[in-house]
Amino acid sequence: MSAPARTPAGAPGSLTGPGSSGGVGTDAARPDGTLKVRGEFAYGSDLWMEDMLWGTTLRSPHPYARIRSIDVGPALAVPGVRAVLTSDDVPGAKVYGLELADQPVLAVDVVRYQGEPVALVAADHPETARLAAARIVVDYEVWEPVTDARTALGHPRWNQVHDGTAQVTELSRESAHLHPEGNLVRHLKVRRGDPAPTADVVVVGEYEVGMQDQAFLGPESGLAVPAEDGGVELYVATQWLHVDQRQICAALGLAPEQVRLTLAGVGGAFGGREDLSMHVHACLLALRTGRPVKMSYNREESFFGHVHRHPATMRYEHGATRDGDLVYVRAAIYFDGGAYASSTPAVVGNGGTMGIGPYVVPNVHVDCFGAYTNNPPCGAMRGFGSVQTAFAYESQMDALAAELGMDPVELRCRNAMEQGSEAITGQVVDSPAPVVELLRRLEAMPLPEPAPDDLRHRPGGVSNTTHGEGVRRGVGYAVAYKNVGFSEGFDDYSTARVRLEVVGGEPTVTVHTAAAEVGQGLVTVEQQIARTELGVDRVVVAPKDTAVGSAGSTSASRQTYVTGGAVKAACEAVRARVLERAAGVTGRPAAQLRLFDGAVVGEGLELPLAEVLGDDAVEETLEWRHRPTEAIDPETGQGFAHVQYAFSAHRAVVDVDTELGLIKVVEMACTQDVGKAINPQAVVGQIQGGTAQGLGLAVMEEILIRDGRVQNPSFTDYLIPTILDMPPMRIEILEYADPHAPYGLRGVGEAPNISSGPAVLAAIRAATGLPLTRVPVRPEHITGV
Amino acid sequence: MRLTCTVNGSAQQVDDVWEGESLLYVLRERMGLPGSKNACEQGECGSCTVYLDGVPVCSCLVAAGQAEGRAIGTVEGMGSEETLHPVQQAFLDAGAVQCGFCTPGLLVATDDLVTRSLAAGAPPADAEIREALAGNLCRCTGYEKILDAVKLAAQRMAAPTTGAPR
Repeated sequence: MSAPARTPAGAPGSLTGPGSSGGVGTDAARPDGTLKVRGEFAYGSDLWMEDMLWGTTLRSPHPYARIRSIDVGPALAVPGVRAVLTSDDVPGAKVYGLELADQPVLAVDVVRYQGEPVALVAADHPETARLAAARIVVDYEVWEPVTDARTALGHPRWNQVHDGTAQVTELSRESAHLHPEGNLVRHLKVRRGDPAPTADVVVVGEYEVGMQDQAFLGPESGLAVPAEDGGVELYVATQWLHVDQRQICAALGLAPEQVRLTLAGVGGAFGGREDLSMHVHACLLALRTGRPVKMSYNREESFFGHVHRHPATMRYEHGATRDGDLVYVRAAIYFDGGAYASSTPAVVGNGGTMGIGPYVVPNVHVDCFGAYTNNPPCGAMRGFGSVQTAFAYESQMDALAAELGMDPVELRCRNAMEQGSEAITGQVVDSPAPVVELLRRLEAMPLPEPAPDDLRHRPGGVSNTTHGEGVRRGVGYAVAYKNVGFSEGFDDYSTARVRLEVVGGEPTVTVHTAAAEVGQGLVTVEQQIARTELGVDRVVVAPKDTAVGSAGSTSASRQTYVTGGAVKAACEAVRARVLERAAGVTGRPAAQLRLFDGAVVGEGLELPLAEVLGDDAVEETLEWRHRPTEAIDPETGQGFAHVQYAFSAHRAVVDVDTELGLIKVVEMACTQDVGKAINPQAVVGQIQGGTAQGLGLAVMEEILIRDGRVQNPSFTDYLIPTILDMPPMRIEILEYADPHAPYGLRGVGEAPNISSGPAVLAAIRAATGLPLTRVPVRPEHITGV
Repeated sequence: MRLTCTVNGSAQQVDDVWEGESLLYVLRERMGLPGSKNACEQGECGSCTVYLDGVPVCSCLVAAGQAEGRAIGTVEGMGSEETLHPVQQAFLDAGAVQCGFCTPGLLVATDDLVTRSLAAGAPPADAEIREALAGNLCRCTGYEKILDAVKLAAQRMAAPTTGAPR
């Protein structure tokens, strides 16, 4: 096995795009599109350098065990191996984490989940590294794992997963305290109205949501390059460069200026790249060997290498009047956070504060818990704590409608939140909340025709499992809402640097932010905003790196809002300076001038920017914040917790083979209020993609865990929707401006991921008449065998 | 071992290939052609799809030695810097590219489908597109715009005067 030799491929450079143009509100083309269809876009796993080594990770086979000893000698003896590292080789902080620093860089004495990193190997060839890692001898004393969240909370003394206090990081988004003496990560309480309400009609349900995986296609990957100043350059596929940098610096014991990050091409994220994966590991190996080190997980390792969506168990009780007015909701929500905290506190925040859906309810009693167990760590995934509760609260609304003999859409509309309503946190919804219109528009859409007489359109498809006998059609509705941006008092900001200059006779804007492009199209949005604000067609998107200030995370549907807001503000500052200069040149007041089509224009005036700027560049860098939120009261959950809500609704039509339990989703329809569609084509793409991930959780996607061990870490056994599973979609986009947001826009990415699955579940229930309280729905849930 | 084959029309020879390496690995790591992607490396996702003697295969499932003396076509061989292949252009125009990691494999699979369909006399119907692309996973788009892109490509390739030259 020799080291591969080939032409180097560098990290992504600046993006301009193929002469694309278009400002805010247009379907502007992606600046990275041509590179992507040519196969030239450099993803993290494509990076390559002369002389680079390959890193690999040895992971724990046990969900819970004490490490008696580690013998790395046999691995070091393998020809081609350049370094083998354990936790003893971590020079700085041994633990890291997004909100609580509780996760070891490499296992320290104890492993708490199957797949926990124990040791690292760097070698000339990836297979050499893997073979050597397998020769490391780890002597484990295997312990019985804690695998159920409620059990973990019920007996915190005898099954404690952590025995020390985790340090709260500066990134904590929540106000509640950690309880280090037990397995409780966070307990959020919402208390509102009458503590002991009664109602004419009461429905009670218990629901369960399985563990979903982000299943981004581009593996965790990056390249660490040792630098002459003793620091390191890291090219990595991630969601938030600066939060990575902070954690890497702590682990390496280096200053921020010594750890420089550049975003490599990202093959999807969906929350799964919020936490560190190979970042510190590759840097450790590079600093030890003095050579560039590449790490790229294979699919099996990827399943162990990132956090998943929290599985949840939930008990809900809804009380209503005979007329269908909600009187109260009681809910107990348990999130299994797995072995380390990750973003569990914030997931609990979302699950609790929005846990009854976009409805007005006078009396509310919610307890939402996040627990440590020895299951795989869970953290961020698109929809973040709201996906799980939507399955429960929308199932409850259907159950209540059935109990009342009411139409389910009618019941939802009767209780829907609207502008001016109070959320269960007491927060007044101070921008449009068109829940009723979203549902009514769905209702008004035509229903699909009966399936044609073609087996490809039947449940089971070309497996030819039915001729139509036993196939029943069902229709279901669901509506959801979710916060946009980071909540509960978090200082949520982004930084943008915008430069306007004339290059080769052409006015050119350069936009530099650290905001991660993960596929959603933020680089396009940055160009569109600059074009609109500065009237210049040519906009260069600089590489995303830590040479500019933090942009915050590509999470929580927030980048178009927050980094978009920062780019807009920086453009406005540049524009003001350019117009002042133009005022000096022309003698006209700046207020009578504007920028359009590469020129300063005013009444009877058109002055090319080249004449105003000459050889000068006008550059502004600034931080931009959305209006502040506040911590919620720890006893009542009341407070101005969220800056903005996104609303979407789905109608699902399904055909179910009731004899075999096979499901064919026939059509998905979605309505969503996006405030302002900055790029309508990209907005539709987010809705379609989010819908698919919601459908996946409803009918197929689950990481199966037995005794703390993952049973299906592959795309053979963990199924995500294929093009055969996805039906045609009808989509209507509403644009009711949020007066607090740039251009009136709302975050788009997550809401459709939340309402999609519950609509599918409702449709399956309508087709089968079964209660179906667990997702994903499996054939045996339908057939009962 | 030594491997000799033709890639995108050019003769290639690489030495010191370990017998356990896949065609995908050799393309990406030894030939400087990382366009074919490594999402699952077990034949489930289609992101590594290449032509092998004109037939689309998952290059992660082809042992490097199996490619000896054969002709391989990858995404890097489609279109040119100046003029994209109509399938590439259609994916961009339809908005079918988000993160783009599935895109190279889908482009090869789509080119194969559309070429076969047009040779048989008709552009592919929706149900045929879905069957043909069921082995190519995409996590971003929900597939709607991919379906649009395939139909757009078929339309342009059937009437080459209105599309980019192949």
